[in-house]
Amino acid sequence: MICQRCNKNIATTHIKQVVNGKKHEIYLCGNCAAEIGYGNYLSQPNFNDIFGSFLSSANKVPVTRSCPMCGSTFEEITKHGQVGCMQCYDTFFDKLLPMIQRIHGTSYHKGKKPGTTALVLTKPQEQALAPTGENPIEARRKALKLAIEEQRFEDAAKLRDEIKEMEKDG
Amino acid sequence: MAEPWYNTSGKNGDVVCSTRIRLARNLANYPFPIKMTDEQKKAVCEEIKEIFSRTNSYLSENFDYIQLDELTNSELLSYAERHVLSPEFISGDKTGKAFIVNKDSSISVMINEEDHIRIQSVQAGEELQKTFDMADKIDNLISERTKIAFDDRLGYLTQCPTNLGTGMRASLMMHLPALHESGAIPRITSNLSKLGIVMRGTYGEGSNVTGAMYQLSNQITLGLKENEAIENLVAIASQIVEKERNYRKELTGNIAVQDKICRALGTLKFARILSTAQYMELISLVKFGMSTGLISGITQGDINKLTNMVQPHVLLPDSSASERDFRRAQLVRDALKSAE
Repeated sequence: MICQRCNKNIATTHIKQVVNGKKHEIYLCGNCAAEIGYGNYLSQPNFNDIFGSFLSSANKVPVTRSCPMCGSTFEEITKHGQVGCMQCYDTFFDKLLPMIQRIHGTSYHKGKKPGTTALVLTKPQEQALAPTGENPIEARRKALKLAIEEQRFEDAAKLRDEIKEMEKDG
Repeated sequence: MAEPWYNTSGKNGDVVCSTRIRLARNLANYPFPIKMTDEQKKAVCEEIKEIFSRTNSYLSENFDYIQLDELTNSELLSYAERHVLSPEFISGDKTGKAFIVNKDSSISVMINEEDHIRIQSVQAGEELQKTFDMADKIDNLISERTKIAFDDRLGYLTQCPTNLGTGMRASLMMHLPALHESGAIPRITSNLSKLGIVMRGTYGEGSNVTGAMYQLSNQITLGLKENEAIENLVAIASQIVEKERNYRKELTGNIAVQDKICRALGTLKFARILSTAQYMELISLVKFGMSTGLISGITQGDINKLTNMVQPHVLLPDSSASERDFRRAQLVRDALKSAE
């Protein structure tokens, strides 16, 4: 059986849906199934949610938060892995942050800013949004020690200046 | 007209074919391309076009603005084959997509690809700093004239969260026939992923490896300054270059490898029909042979030029595969006449 969506690959996923008593069937390959959200068992409808919505729908209409600028919902963003507009990052910040941290491991920008050139180094923002586990001054002291041991004196001098600067600010 | 970058060879050219820097930027006043209407896409194209045509005479004389819907599919494919445009950019709907490119194709700006603006700067050989400086200049030029989507915490805001922060992807196109032959690539690839660096096929994400060409690039864009990401990449690249050279030396001593290289040259010099895949596979071996002194009479620059000339849609637009395979073999025979 060939996938009914791309008509190329062999279908490995069989989806049956019954909507208002009408039966729909579709055969998909792994890629297409994943693309339209059937590939990952975790993203399949959760029975608790279904029952939950049955129970709650009698009392209230579920509210889905959407972005005021482009209308994206968080579900849409996760489905495509793409964000709708710059405002989305603000609207869904709390939900997007764990995703961003999984990709980049940290969550604050240190590079260029518009209107500056990257060749002029911007001052790093030391206040990470998520706990990094280590005090930035302490981290630099360790790095300084290592730099001296390894005789990287240029790096050592830079670190020493940064520590001085941070102690002054703090 | 200036010689296009892809016809030349540069620093560490025996291993590093080219250096590419890509910066992803979005305008603050529009949703990202995934949520844009055709009208909004056209407005973004106009805004960027204005910046290039109005800012100064140098820019307006040296850069061309081209809308995708003005080109045939074959022309578009030839731009992708020369890496001026990405394969994603030319696929699908052409409405509201455009690009700006300079005379030697070393700088291009794709408008409404995955982000509103994708600045791309390329140089032959390993030239990260120079390539970056060019992209940086174009970025400044644009950001001084329009408001860019930026956040202090997250940096440049991009449609895909994988590009947040600097929005920069720095990559080196590397020819690694000896590492490829010896089966060392998977081990290297898995070690790199721990360092936030990835190695992929010739045309980037999801593409296959043709002729032992690999693309090495930074994965992480948030929390690292541009120059830090570049320094990391340089450090890794120089290790790979050294490993590749050592393996090459080792392998060329092997008579079976010598035979394979010389047969590849023989086939290229005398074949009457050549497909792109065959060409890529054989020329990879010839380049390998050149770098170890086994083959002489031709330069890396000549080979790079030839490789671009024989790509299907650069070679003969709107023709059949068999016509192209015949024409390709002719060109290759001519170009390799003096190689021995």
